[in-house]
Amino acid sequence: MGALTVNTALLRQILVGFVRDEVTKVGLKKGVLGLSGGIDSALVAYIAAEALGPENVYAYTMPYRTSNPESEAHAKLIADQLGINYQVLEITPMVDAYFDLVPAADNMRRGNKMARERMTILYDHSAEVGGLVLGTSNKTELLLGYGTLHGDMASALNPIGDIYKTQVWELSEAMGVPNEVIAKKPSADLWAGQTDEDDLGFSYRDADELLYRMVDQRMSREELIAAGFEPQFIDTVHRKVQGSHFKRRLPVIAKVSNRTIDRDFRYARDWGK
Amino acid sequence: MDFTVALAQIKPKLGCLDDNMALIEAAIEKGIAAGADLVVFPELALTGYFLKDLVPEVALRLDAPQIEKLKLLSRQISIAIGLVEVSSDFRFFNSAIYLEQGEIRHVHRKVYLPTYGLFDEQRYLARGDRFRAFDTRFGRVGILICEDMWHLSAPYILAMDGAMTLICLSSSPGRGVSGSEGLGSAAAWQKLTSTTAMFLNCRVFYCNRVGYEDGINFWGGSEAIAPSGEVTDRGALLDEDFVVAKVDGGALRRERIFSPMMRDENLAITVKELKRIDRENNR
Repeated sequence: MGALTVNTALLRQILVGFVRDEVTKVGLKKGVLGLSGGIDSALVAYIAAEALGPENVYAYTMPYRTSNPESEAHAKLIADQLGINYQVLEITPMVDAYFDLVPAADNMRRGNKMARERMTILYDHSAEVGGLVLGTSNKTELLLGYGTLHGDMASALNPIGDIYKTQVWELSEAMGVPNEVIAKKPSADLWAGQTDEDDLGFSYRDADELLYRMVDQRMSREELIAAGFEPQFIDTVHRKVQGSHFKRRLPVIAKVSNRTIDRDFRYARDWGK
Repeated sequence: MDFTVALAQIKPKLGCLDDNMALIEAAIEKGIAAGADLVVFPELALTGYFLKDLVPEVALRLDAPQIEKLKLLSRQISIAIGLVEVSSDFRFFNSAIYLEQGEIRHVHRKVYLPTYGLFDEQRYLARGDRFRAFDTRFGRVGILICEDMWHLSAPYILAMDGAMTLICLSSSPGRGVSGSEGLGSAAAWQKLTSTTAMFLNCRVFYCNRVGYEDGINFWGGSEAIAPSGEVTDRGALLDEDFVVAKVDGGALRRERIFSPMMRDENLAITVKELKRIDRENNR
């Protein structure tokens, strides 16, 4: 296996160019992002700092009272290393105020609320500093639907949405993301000890090898089984991809006119840029 | 005859005719200043690529003021450039025009409109219906637009029609980042341009744009290729560039003596067999 190895120098050039081009062509020069202390947002911070200059990158860590303090320490380490603008904004008061009203909410609802709380803060700061919100969801998360719609999935530009977690690790190493951030277990950090891979029930590396063949190479189920993947694993992953497809699309609009937005009213987002 | 070609590897703005016209005029001036005899622009240089519903809004008639302007400039330098052309019956074509000595010498309407993967050209554009070579001050030339070149028959027809220079205008999206050194789409193109030159004993000028549209990059890497298949000049990958290439006129003559494949090419057999295949397919 190991089909996911990438030419990191070329990937870096394309992603840095993407952030620079797409930010500046709308007449802005700044980027805003949530820096969780995890590897995905760390990588986006490195890309943005190289594309826009560290002085034009605004990173925010938004911990909740149950967040692991190590996450904030890692975020600060990254911000210091890059010399980007950095601020910690605790979301505990807003989130707790809401859950005082609906105390029965389960972990999933609480996690989603936190992700959306952070999104509103990022968009508010994007208005404050005049910058675009940079997305930090990778291709693995996006395909599996392992993210909160209108929460961490919301952004203006996403430089890493077409690279798998395995490739995020590779590129992070090449771009100098601190080792402790690369080496730790990926976590949404909603409660102590949570890890993505426990939540999902499989490892990112296994998922990436499968997704690459299923999505990028369009191998059939028979071909995937012949390549050594367990049928049950294939079906689980396929179900996740299909079941989360709504998260990757705009809201469905009921068509009544002759020109419906995105159906037969079609323009690139970079229209006139 | 030796001459100099400039490949204007520009970054057009999507749907902005005026801005792009300014960019194009500046590149033409640069070509003149560099002593180039011919300047080649990318596919849809005047408009940008992922136009979708903008196609009718940016389309130009061949008597549009922008083209009149280019005609005037072509008194100083020959120009090959891509645009959306609207015909008198309101069909929209992905066209390339060749201007020389104040006139439009040739219009090529893209025949092979890619409509798969990330491409959607046939939804918005009408298809051209011919490949014709034409005479210029650099000898006989054939024009291809991007996907056209991926159909073997297209450069073949142009070469059989006497073209010894093939100009390919391109807006090729970069994709296929893997473990290998180059970008997948760039590596594929580089094989294609070089092999085409070699097969047909023609020189090839390939001009590809750069920039991003909705996250899709265009990789540049414009090339001048000798009839031997050797790349003599290549533009930057993923960055704006202006390639000025000296063309050794004698190389074409020498290559055609050394490897006289085009001399030996048998049009009668090709036509006979293609007719047979056509007959059998229609049975």
